[in-house]
Amino acid sequence: MAGSFEELKFRDPARARALTDALQREVDLIGRKPVSVMHVCGSHEQAIARFGLRAAFPRELDVIMGPGCPVCVTDTPEVDEAVALAAQGARVCTYGDMLRLPGTSRSLADAQADGGKVEVIYSVVQAVELAQKHPAEQVVFFASGFETTAVATAAVVLAGVPENFSILSSHKYVPAAMDVVAEMKETSIEGFIAAGHAAAITGWGIFEPFAARTHRPVVVAGFEPLDVLAAVLELTRLIRLGRAEVVNCYPRCVSRDGNRPALDKLWKVFDVVGGVWRGIAMVPRGNLDLKPEWDRLNARRRFRIDTAAVGGSDRNLLAEQCICGTIMTGLAKPSDCALFGKECRPETPVGACMVSSEGSCKIWHVYGGHPDLRGAA
Amino acid sequence: MCLGVPGRVLTISDDGLTALVDFFGVKRELRLDIVDEPVQPGDYVLNHVGFAIRRIPTEEVQETLALFDQILQEQAAGDLMAEDVRGEIASARSVPSTEGAAAGKDQDRGR
Repeated sequence: MAGSFEELKFRDPARARALTDALQREVDLIGRKPVSVMHVCGSHEQAIARFGLRAAFPRELDVIMGPGCPVCVTDTPEVDEAVALAAQGARVCTYGDMLRLPGTSRSLADAQADGGKVEVIYSVVQAVELAQKHPAEQVVFFASGFETTAVATAAVVLAGVPENFSILSSHKYVPAAMDVVAEMKETSIEGFIAAGHAAAITGWGIFEPFAARTHRPVVVAGFEPLDVLAAVLELTRLIRLGRAEVVNCYPRCVSRDGNRPALDKLWKVFDVVGGVWRGIAMVPRGNLDLKPEWDRLNARRRFRIDTAAVGGSDRNLLAEQCICGTIMTGLAKPSDCALFGKECRPETPVGACMVSSEGSCKIWHVYGGHPDLRGAA
Repeated sequence: MCLGVPGRVLTISDDGLTALVDFFGVKRELRLDIVDEPVQPGDYVLNHVGFAIRRIPTEEVQETLALFDQILQEQAAGDLMAEDVRGEIASARSVPSTEGAAAGKDQDRGR
């Protein structure tokens, strides 16, 4: 049995110091600066910010959050579709962070304030239950989340849903976005840290073709401070050695093949299709949409969605100054944005990254604006 | 949203589709459609949006629980990880206490 938290090996300060010393040695051996690596998970950024890990990273090492927040990459027209469906009388159910995500002119919170039936749910199961409870209404599940979350959506589809239930899919597929970042000409990212629990579903094996194709190593990491430090150390070692390999630093949660039953369900319901990720780019194979055989559950097929009626064709001058896309591709930091903490705050977000608890701007804002103590040292 | 939250399986429904799970003292019902391997009472599972997504191997349970225990002890409002963990626990279907007892052991049934 484990003792107090301080005694646990994933918190041990002596181990943390040993890891940070080793990390400094690796970065010194690489001999360039900065060495830039990217993680693609909001929970990793939360861990880095809340445990103050940037203070422990070498100055020459940049650990950047990439497009690891599914809410943040939900494109503006997708929000417009959900707002339009609410305006057209549907009961729109969605995960909490989606409520304040800005559309072109309006968010679902605005639609709700206008009397639209918008429901925040924690599980897709609750959306199905709402459809059962309101048989005379159309209930639309505005589905966000990466593949880990999409397997739950797939499970309810395969288990059977009421006639009046449909899905507006904004599910995204992470590996595709890593490709886009790696292939950007201006990118400085030399290696990637993959999210532990997402890889619990997909398995770490899916990153092998990516590493081979982009010549960048990938390390799968957990969320404990020492998990993150150990993964960053392994990644810098692979960069120094020039080895574009995949290493699983989270074996207690992630296997090579992942969760096969869950993946079988996912691919019975969803196809990977190209889609725009907000502020970033058209990501080939970046979206998960319902397969044609599930057309009857696809809100985009079931309804004529009039986004122009909810301002979907308007211009939003403030939003045009937002640099979320540049931040998510690692070319800028939240504190580089002119709107950060001024016009754009968690209560009045302009950009998507300030909305979600997994968005880098919100995380930086909550943990003090620029959670990198090295600059003040 | 990437964080699954660990809980201990108390009982499995007769049809095998759901489990009653204890998350740090909160009893909730989880769907078992997509869990990676069969679970039994006493096992620990990771919950994501109301579904068990992984049975946690026994030797990893303490390490996994420790992170979440510590996060949940954070009393400061606005801690993003703690909020996400609470959101995940809320994603499992709430179980009325009497129903939970009925689904549980016989000795729990009496008042």
